Amino acid sequence: MLNLFVNNWHSFLTGFGWTILSSIVALILSLIIGSLFAIMEVMPNKALRIIGNIYVEIFRNIPLLVITMFFYLVIPLYFVKINGFTAGTIGLTIYTSAFIAETVRSGINSVDIGQMEASRAMGMTYGQAMRYIVLPQAFKLVIPPLGNQFVNLVKNSSVLAFVAGFDLMYQGNAIASQTFDTVNTYLVVGLFYLIITLPISYYMQHLERKLA
Amino acid sequence: MQNWIDAYSAVNLKFLLQGLWVTVEISIISVIFSMIFGSILGIIRYSKFPYLSEIVGLIIDIIRNLPLLLIIFFVYFGLPAFGFKPDTIPAAILAMTVFESMMIAEIIRSGIQAVDIGQMEASRAMGMHYGQAMWHIVLPQAYKKMIPALVSQLISLIKDTSLATIIVVPELMQHAQVIYGQNANYIVPMYLALAILYFIVCYALSLISKVIDRRMA
Repeated sequence: MLNLFVNNWHSFLTGFGWTILSSIVALILSLIIGSLFAIMEVMPNKALRIIGNIYVEIFRNIPLLVITMFFYLVIPLYFVKINGFTAGTIGLTIYTSAFIAETVRSGINSVDIGQMEASRAMGMTYGQAMRYIVLPQAFKLVIPPLGNQFVNLVKNSSVLAFVAGFDLMYQGNAIASQTFDTVNTYLVVGLFYLIITLPISYYMQHLERKLA
Repeated sequence: MQNWIDAYSAVNLKFLLQGLWVTVEISIISVIFSMIFGSILGIIRYSKFPYLSEIVGLIIDIIRNLPLLLIIFFVYFGLPAFGFKPDTIPAAILAMTVFESMMIAEIIRSGIQAVDIGQMEASRAMGMHYGQAMWHIVLPQAYKKMIPALVSQLISLIKDTSLATIIVVPELMQHAQVIYGQNANYIVPMYLALAILYFIVCYALSLISKVIDRRMA
């Protein structure tokens, strides 16, 4: 296993880098998009609420692979040429944002309604009350579930391998087919994923226990 | 327009539905096995047996934090090195079961933890032994609380079966790829069909879960 890593360290680290890059880009984008849809879902305006709801339900119930492959195959066919990494990251962003929207929405809903009412009574507008009073409290509540979403996101980034996205899984497959040493290659790939995911999920468990 | 009509010909639709059936079959078999193994592992982890619980806990944490795709590759391409060469569908079921058992074990453990500790203590005080108290008193309450989490796990299992297309399991995603492999004009219609079919199955399950949850509460 060590031998295999020493011989192919460059590919493994390249893949590791692309996996981290795509996960972080997708995380930032999906946090923004997800929060926007979450806020839409709790708006007093019914039309916005319905739009938010439709977005969340659609993308939560379609496999990530279908979304990613759609972007990989359809966008170059009719619009611009994009590479696998971009298509994969777009797919990851859309899929994850639906889950983040759901998480943030339940966070907002679990903030006591009195907070909103009190802020409105103090003369704040709906937007101000949301921005300064409700959302800060909601985000504190949703940090552990958001951390778990990030762990899922890192694991899900392995779909980039389907679209030649240079990520860890893709490099692993390339190495496995060159060396024929599938067992050790996949063990090394697994270790690399665990380097990212295990610390985050242990830390989130710790946070959950502290908050509870 | 003609492309869309051709793409949705009776033969193609039948082929897609056959794929959907394989997807459902793989999901059901995997979920049954995972419920059994997951419950056993979850109870072991909760129970604080010396050494055993720690080792099981570590295995659960490791496998839960790996991508399912990696486990599928490992089962299909790695296990033959140990002299075990599963066919595509059994390989997919094995990989899904290994992964989902760990996910379900974690759900079961937190479900048991959510049952008031007094229930266990009272049962023990009534003269039940640990196993009886677990089986008759704690677990029935725990499973009731876990239904929403278990259903959402089942939904992600159904979505995840699409990953098995990489080892050419003849499920829904694979069948769609076969169809648009014949004609690039079918790509968009096929992806629309995939989205609709997966959505119907998964959304229906999430609605059922909501209804059950409301009845129970």
